[in-house]
Amino acid sequence: MRRQRFPVPRRLWALVCGLAILLLTGCERPPVDPVQRGYRGVGQELVVNPRILAAQEAANVVPAPQPPAAPVPVKAISVYPDLKVLGGLTLTEFNRQMAAISEWVAPPEQGCAYCHNLENMASYEKYTKTVALSMLRLTQDTNSQWKDHVADTGVTCWTCHRGNPVPKYVWTSEPFDDQPSGMIPTGQNRASALVAYSSLPRDPLSAFLDRADNAISVVSQNALPTGEPGRKGIKHAEWTYGLMMHITDSLGVNCTYCHNSRAFYSWEPTRVKAWYAIRHVRKMNRDYIWPLNEVLPVSRKGPMGDPQRITCSTCHQGVYKPLFGVSMLKDYPGLAGPIPIPAAASTPAATPPAEVTPPQPPMPPGASHGPDGGDPPGRIEGPEPKLTEAGGTKAGML
Amino acid sequence: MPEYQNIFTAVQVRSPAYPGVPLDTGHRDRVGKPGFSYWLGKIGDAQIGPLYLGVTGVFSLIFGFIAIEIIGLNMWASVDWDPIQFVRQLFWLALEPPPPQYGLSIPPLAEGGWWLMAGFFLTTSIILWWVRTYRRALALGTGTHLAWAFAAAIWLYLVLGLIRPVLMGSWSEAVPFGIFPHLDWTSAFSIRYGNLFYNPFHMLSIAFLYGSAVLFAMHGATILAVSRYGGDREIDQVVDRGTAAERAALFWRWTMGFNATMESIHRWAFWFAILTVITGGIGILLTGTVVDNWFLWGQKHGLVPVYPVEGVAAPNPATLPGGM
Repeated sequence: MRRQRFPVPRRLWALVCGLAILLLTGCERPPVDPVQRGYRGVGQELVVNPRILAAQEAANVVPAPQPPAAPVPVKAISVYPDLKVLGGLTLTEFNRQMAAISEWVAPPEQGCAYCHNLENMASYEKYTKTVALSMLRLTQDTNSQWKDHVADTGVTCWTCHRGNPVPKYVWTSEPFDDQPSGMIPTGQNRASALVAYSSLPRDPLSAFLDRADNAISVVSQNALPTGEPGRKGIKHAEWTYGLMMHITDSLGVNCTYCHNSRAFYSWEPTRVKAWYAIRHVRKMNRDYIWPLNEVLPVSRKGPMGDPQRITCSTCHQGVYKPLFGVSMLKDYPGLAGPIPIPAAASTPAATPPAEVTPPQPPMPPGASHGPDGGDPPGRIEGPEPKLTEAGGTKAGML
Repeated sequence: MPEYQNIFTAVQVRSPAYPGVPLDTGHRDRVGKPGFSYWLGKIGDAQIGPLYLGVTGVFSLIFGFIAIEIIGLNMWASVDWDPIQFVRQLFWLALEPPPPQYGLSIPPLAEGGWWLMAGFFLTTSIILWWVRTYRRALALGTGTHLAWAFAAAIWLYLVLGLIRPVLMGSWSEAVPFGIFPHLDWTSAFSIRYGNLFYNPFHMLSIAFLYGSAVLFAMHGATILAVSRYGGDREIDQVVDRGTAAERAALFWRWTMGFNATMESIHRWAFWFAILTVITGGIGILLTGTVVDNWFLWGQKHGLVPVYPVEGVAAPNPATLPGGM
């Protein structure tokens, strides 16, 4: 009986090899090193690639701290009576902090002059000084009130700015494309980097990280349907999913960094942290960024006239802990929280012209989905506000 | 004798084209002049045609064309009729079902009305094609197994797009038409309903699906392996068991202690295939209507262990005092 080897033409092997190479070019080159982060069996892990980690570490180097300030008994407020935020620091520590901010944020060729009129340092004529004041308050609020998110590591200006006047990763709402067809935009089903190239709703930031406290959780807490109103449907789940894609992309992790892979609704320690983080980002955008919209120049706004806002990637920049958890805050006591200003000295000579804490600035036309400052551009069931897609937004990473 | 140790069909029989069995009166004839394709002959029968479409076939194609047209034009409209973007983003584009506030009512065309219409035309097309498979089987005098297997797949399709949305009271629970969108929908569906992997009917469906693939591979390999003993005459060997059937049976008895027969393997394959979609359809139907969170349901019924939480217990932060 004749037996024949399986005859495969050489060209076929070449084709198979070529296809395999093409397919694999889309993949990440090993090694992959999964780090267990939860109870065994629930699939909670952080997948680390040492090669990529090394590149990230090189890109997340912390600048050397400013030389320590000489201890002096003089408070800054007694020399600069118009100080609003840092007046309670000693004079030397205040100057040191100013030098650090200049190093972290201002373009080197401008230095102090990026925010200050060098002839009159107390003047608020440059909008950047007004912004800086608000950002200092944001930083102090973050480090003192949001330890559930930033722990004792805290943040400094550098965490987001990294030497840039505007942090590299910020977002604004953009108008949906005109649709001559009259199709109502669904806000999804386009290739979008913001949601990691999924087809999920591509502006989850306007829906969930802006001024409205829209519900994010969608998974039922009961085994069986209870018939309660306000049940979230699949479309709402897709909005949430879009936000989650953005979070994973911003932190360089996958779902199971925070979630028990078996039960996404389960509260794991990392997920609790993320819960606080979302509220934190909302509050920063609502209380510190939006009020600045009145002083920001057009170049610092999106096409709909809204300010460039904060999201997860603004600080995290692809790393699960910004700067891999190195604390710069410990070297800068002025940023740890609000500093009481000695009462005797707190009689400022001049009032700054633009004190920026109005409660709710008017929304730019079209940037809102509702009169209360932004329903999500998705569709939500039950008692949630009804969504209108007209004048919806899409987010653009700048 | 055919050589079966090749990827492609080694033997192509060329005879005058076979027009098919004569039909009873009352049927139209099959149409078209049959031809032969050498390359199609490499993977199947080389003869192409004659065809029989009939009324159901013609209307099925028309309705199907309308459905695809509605879906495609809506996708194109969503990129402002830009042909380049239509091609570039084709995998992302979709025709979405209506938003939840419309429930089961008929929404405006631009907000899901087109989706309903596309669904109607597609469903009609599929049902007409089913009627066609059933009636062609009868016309040929064969059993209607194929039609019922197709009906099983239609069951899953109808559960996803019609029956379950109706039971949930909202078209918004249905699947969008689109490549990536329907995949993302599937993930969102599983997450929303507490992990579909704990749905026993989903488990069964997966077992039957993978089982179908394994059975298909086992059967194909076995028959090719014994074809040199005439094993390709499978149906003959059901009753007239030759050395091919004996060797095939012996191989499986050796390796796993049990073997199917030339007859039973085809019943295995048929039932595995159709049970994939029947159980899958039941699983989808129960999701959201009867069970809201499959993980919790699994824990309630001893299917899932209760995992201990390591370190600090983490309550829902929204319920904590001072929680925002």
